[in-house]
Amino acid sequence: MIAARPSLVLLLLVTATLGPSVAIADEQPTTPTSHRSITDRTVDWPTWQQWRRVLLLEDYNTRVVLLGTTLLGVAAGAVGNFTLLRKRALMGDALSHATLPGVGLAFVCTTLAGGDGKSLPVLLAGAAISGVLGLAAIMFIRNATRLKEDAALGIVLSVSFGAGIAVLGVAQQMKTGHSAGLEGFIYGKAASMGVLDAQLIGITGLIAAIVCMLLFKELRLLCFDEAFAGSRGYPVVLLDVVLMVLVVTITLVGLQAVGLILMVAMLVIPASAARFWTERMAVMAVISATIGALSALLGAGMSAVFPKLPSGAMIVLVATAGFLLSMFFGPARGIVMRAVRQWRMELKVQRHHLLRAIYELLEARGTNQVDGANGESPLVRVSELTAMRSWSSRQLGSYMRRAQSHGLVCRDDSGGVRLTRRGFKESEKLTYDHRLWELFLTRYADIAPSQVDRAADAIEHVLDAEMIAELESLLPQRNDKNVVPPSLHPTFATPSSE
Amino acid sequence: MSTLINGPTAQAPLGTVPEPQSALPLSIYDLTVAYHRKPVLWDVSVDLPQGKLVGVVGPNGAGKSTLIKAVLELVPSASGRVLVFGKPYRKSRHRVGYVPQRESVDWDFPVSALDVVAMGLYGKIGWCRRVTRKYRDIALAALERVGIADLANRQISHLSGGQQQRTFLARALVQDADLYLMDEPFAAVDAATEKAIVQILHDLKSAGKTMVVVHHDLQTVNEYFDHVILLNMRIVAAGPTKEVFTTENLQKTYGGKLTLLDQASEAMGREGRS
Repeated sequence: MIAARPSLVLLLLVTATLGPSVAIADEQPTTPTSHRSITDRTVDWPTWQQWRRVLLLEDYNTRVVLLGTTLLGVAAGAVGNFTLLRKRALMGDALSHATLPGVGLAFVCTTLAGGDGKSLPVLLAGAAISGVLGLAAIMFIRNATRLKEDAALGIVLSVSFGAGIAVLGVAQQMKTGHSAGLEGFIYGKAASMGVLDAQLIGITGLIAAIVCMLLFKELRLLCFDEAFAGSRGYPVVLLDVVLMVLVVTITLVGLQAVGLILMVAMLVIPASAARFWTERMAVMAVISATIGALSALLGAGMSAVFPKLPSGAMIVLVATAGFLLSMFFGPARGIVMRAVRQWRMELKVQRHHLLRAIYELLEARGTNQVDGANGESPLVRVSELTAMRSWSSRQLGSYMRRAQSHGLVCRDDSGGVRLTRRGFKESEKLTYDHRLWELFLTRYADIAPSQVDRAADAIEHVLDAEMIAELESLLPQRNDKNVVPPSLHPTFATPSSE
Repeated sequence: MSTLINGPTAQAPLGTVPEPQSALPLSIYDLTVAYHRKPVLWDVSVDLPQGKLVGVVGPNGAGKSTLIKAVLELVPSASGRVLVFGKPYRKSRHRVGYVPQRESVDWDFPVSALDVVAMGLYGKIGWCRRVTRKYRDIALAALERVGIADLANRQISHLSGGQQQRTFLARALVQDADLYLMDEPFAAVDAATEKAIVQILHDLKSAGKTMVVVHHDLQTVNEYFDHVILLNMRIVAAGPTKEVFTTENLQKTYGGKLTLLDQASEAMGREGRS
């Protein structure tokens, strides 16, 4: 009954996976992981052992790094879902760039004070402070001036990145300390992460994902209808702050794996891709988290095999592949699915045109009924039909083949066509709808009877039962459903040649 | 300059209203609202009687939506006092239902009509809890009431304008409020929807509910509303429709803004901008 239950199970599961790691990690006679994470810059081409190590997850370190990064992907996908729908997708970009001056200054100050400038907690603290300052700057510019949010984001993003690069330049000039490795924060370098780093990332990501699950309902309301949420007494500002804190947190822990330039991709791309798959936000969140997880896993994995490839770039490329796939083949909104739906509509329109043409031909002859033992309509010649509309005989042939396969018409060997009982019923209904719509247009929309055929043509194919009922109520003299009203204009089927 | 539409003594005790009858559903005194220091509502004072359908009419930019948002504390008021059932809004929030303007949200949002209606129940459901079957049934019943239960699972961009408006109305209905504030529920809806909404408003009225409805179509004001508030930055007139909805008052409302008031407002806006 409470949403917390599945999330608790998840927490237990992951602590169970990560739990023993602390003990193992302590046993390993390595240098402090946080230190090694940045200084380890050796470049090797992947050997067979390295491939095996990554692919078979033999190495505990690889395992933890991949799991941590994957959890980061889950969290970024889930949080990105909300920021995208809140139309704050670029907020993450500005916030991640805003962390850079903090990283640089933290390094410089700690080194000057004689400490270890590359201790991860110190760097992250610096990043957090400058990230929050960046957020405050955005809010201030937006509220105190008449500049719009996009301008505020652009200003904060570029200024803080410039300031950060300048501070890093200073750091490189310093005699004490060794600043090499700080660029890892810009481009991302999952391979240099230590076990403790990965655990930090994983657990933070997990907590963020759980917060998203717990507050799903409230955040959805905030994203959809802020004013209504406010009227119900929801603390809109506080919810927005929670969302931004989630973004900052994920950005911070993601710096090492993805890097600050590409961090926004983790927040935007999985969520945008997920939108093509579904019309339900809960489903979208799950898909988005899954795409985030897969991109993080595959991207970080590739970077582990090829240490020269920055993991941030790899993660983004994998995510982009997922996005392209979704954009084309997503079942809810993908381009291909839309084309298929349009094509189906096209076929339906063609079918309607064919059936109505046959009906009107029969009507002009006064033989618009089915008779005979086989329940088929009298024969209509193909040449008569081609004269009705600008159909080529090839087009008409394909329409008729399709209609025949639907059991609406039967074709004759002599080049004629008959309506089946079902086809006749449908054609009668179509003509009825068409004429009804024409009547409506001439009476209420002041469209001239000579133009009305075309106007009706565009709309009648999308009329649903509700609209037909409304038309019937507007045109009360048409309440006898069984009688097709006469056409308002000469149909093409009433030539003198008959 | 309080404009008393109908004194508290004039109302009959209607049906099943639990709170004391003495507290008016809505009592606004001397309300002034400004955006960027430019006033959009000046000294608005009005008391609404219970169990009436009240129309709010005025030209674009007259502050109609702002009036509703100020009551709901969605925009800060520069001065004045609003009492809802005799208490500040945050204390009687549970008795107020809100139908925002349809254009105020993104209808491309990935939720179904039922999801939207269920949002009206979030307060009852409580933080961090899921929308259970029980609440979905309540939401479905509200959709039934506005006549689109068959569209419950449709994504909201696949609803017509009228159906979207009905969805918003259903979301307010599930709150089971005593005072409803509706921002242009009749804007760009089809005839059938308009008829359906009017019917629901009348049902609510006979149950003793009070409704404040921002309305654009002057032709239907006489037919729909018991009381009307003519608004153009300040209240031009307020009272029973028959008495207040006159050609003269309409000319005052729509015949341009009061020049001096407008100039003052512009000047204050300039100050605020600099």
